[in-house]
Amino acid sequence: MNTLVCIKRVPAASSAVTLTDDAMGVDTRHVGYTTSPHEECAVEAAVQLVETHGGTAAVLTVGPEDALEQLRDALAMGVRSAVHVVADSDAFGPADVARAVADVVGARAGSDDAVDLVLLGNDAADTGDFQVGIRLAYRLGWPVVTGVRSFQVIESAEGGRVAALGDGPDGVEHFDVPLPAVLTVKEGGITPRYPSLPGRIKAKKAPVENVTPGFEPAGSGRVRLHLPPEQPSQVQILGEGADAAPALVDVLEQIGVVGR
Amino acid sequence: MILVLVETQADGVELLSAEALTFARGIAASGDGDVQALVVGPHPAATLEGLAAHGVSAVHHADDERLAAYSAAAWAAAAIDAAKTTGATTLLAAASPRGNEVLAHVAARLDLSMAANAVTADAGTAGTLVVRRQVMGGAALEEVHLSGAAGAPALVTMAGHAVDPAPAAAPSSPSVSVFAPALTDADLVARVVRSEPVVNESGALTTSRVVVGAGRGVGGAEQFGDLLELTELLGGALGVSRVVTSLGWRPHHEQVGQTGSRVSPDLYLACGISGAIQHWAGMSSAKTIIAINTDDEAPMVTKAHYAVIGDLHEIVPAVNAEIRKRKG
Ligand SMILES: Cc1cc2nc3c(=O)[nH]c(=O)nc-3n(C[C@H](O)[C@H](O)[C@H](O)COP(=O)(O)OP(=O)(O)OC[C@H]3O[C@@H](n4cnc5c(N)ncnc54)[C@H](O)[C@@H]3O)c2cc1C
Repeated sequence: MNTLVCIKRVPAASSAVTLTDDAMGVDTRHVGYTTSPHEECAVEAAVQLVETHGGTAAVLTVGPEDALEQLRDALAMGVRSAVHVVADSDAFGPADVARAVADVVGARAGSDDAVDLVLLGNDAADTGDFQVGIRLAYRLGWPVVTGVRSFQVIESAEGGRVAALGDGPDGVEHFDVPLPAVLTVKEGGITPRYPSLPGRIKAKKAPVENVTPGFEPAGSGRVRLHLPPEQPSQVQILGEGADAAPALVDVLEQIGVVGR
Repeated sequence: MILVLVETQADGVELLSAEALTFARGIAASGDGDVQALVVGPHPAATLEGLAAHGVSAVHHADDERLAAYSAAAWAAAAIDAAKTTGATTLLAAASPRGNEVLAHVAARLDLSMAANAVTADAGTAGTLVVRRQVMGGAALEEVHLSGAAGAPALVTMAGHAVDPAPAAAPSSPSVSVFAPALTDADLVARVVRSEPVVNESGALTTSRVVVGAGRGVGGAEQFGDLLELTELLGGALGVSRVVTSLGWRPHHEQVGQTGSRVSPDLYLACGISGAIQHWAGMSSAKTIIAINTDDEAPMVTKAHYAVIGDLHEIVPAVNAEIRKRKG
């Protein structure tokens, strides 16, 4: 049972962003980077799979040199090896990323490292395209379940299956698909562990395979970025502390959420 | 022509789909013909009435018993069939989990681009659709130009609450055509095999008129008593920040924001929440926003309509007492 988990290095800006001069990107000189939250859950799931089923878990990213930082974070959580498809994330659209991942999966087919399960985040925290996992599944000809909150792998003589669940309009929805498969994971059902200190030390020495994409990217189609129109603050301060309670309740009455 | 993939619920057209229909009329007005609707599988009788109120000129109903259980690939096969027969130049859905998923399947099957989470879309020159879509949780908008042609439509999902849903100026009496999409076994592999309703103790977060928001400022899992009482007094639901769920104070299904739920209540009462962009992404369309915060420079305070400055553990009990007093 070999799992490949795909992550993305994304800016971790928590307040308003500014754009680069050409408006093609966000100015990241003063912001840190992180892994998309959904993908942290996917990494945790990959580590747990090895703990319960054996086999291997590898982490992959398509991204710039600096994305090594996010690969190391995943390695520190317990993933054994990493694949770094070195590429400019901005030049790679969702179809390109899917193709790059499919190439790595394809290269391993038939070997001891053949991939049985690819895990991705449901959507990247920056570009939010919602489609890399699905495009990948079509390239591989594998089934795909998206928005997975938690899942189990069931091994049997007839081959493995995945029982996955996620949130649908009518409640919790259950899926049951044969391996090999692609799952996109959503935050909420799997709690990522904090890397241990020994984990961090191990991660520094873990093998990272560098891969150069073997094709020209089609691109994301970005024409430019815009900032949402800035709204000047119009806040009305109702007061300070408990004394402001009557003024607050007056507003609640005005907007009709508390009856007189 | 714009074909809208419509999701339904017990009482007819689902809210985000009603928004998408409203949004589609806007695109149509900018030059792309009429709006038609696609409904996949079983749906309630009220659906047709809702679609007529939105002025659609035709309804296409994909009907096959294999569509009774949701499968994104099967829905995509139906959408592709409908788009082909109608010659739709744009295929639009809500940026709901289903909408994004089905359109991504369509994109993969037809090898087309797809723009998720659009906030505006207008007809451009030479048959293009100029789309602005939310990226980085809405902190920035990406402009993309999609080319839409019969057989290769522009694929767009519309960000939740980017427009207010409104019926058309003049209702229509749409034609209804039922069709059986071409489905393969592979389209049915990843389908819902079972579903169970969720029992959400704090009420339906995404449909409540009032959401009481709670952030790190609450201080601990045991300190939600006053906020839960306020939630109950207002007949609302509790929504929380990611810090609150990460610390294990409250369950993740209560999380509001980019990686949680998007809410659009009449009132969002944010208590001890700083207002990070990823949280704002989930509640910015609330009609009235009130912040309770110790920091008068917190983004949630400066972006709110009203604010009270101070310790929520002093203010919230006083508000509860005041509401009880007025209720008599
Ligand atoms: C990719 C990504 C996705 C994310 N997705 C989400 C998401 O879906 N939802 C989400 O919420 N966050 C999300 N985040 C996290 C987000 O960036 C913020 O870290 C988070 O929203 C902050 O939560 P908070 O406001 O509760 O905490 P803080 O930012 O720490 O703010 C606490 C606030 O409480 C106030 N306060 C403290 N004590 C009191 C008191 N006694 N009374 C009144 N006020 C008090 C403080 O002044 C402060 O304003 C995401 C982050 C990333 C990078």
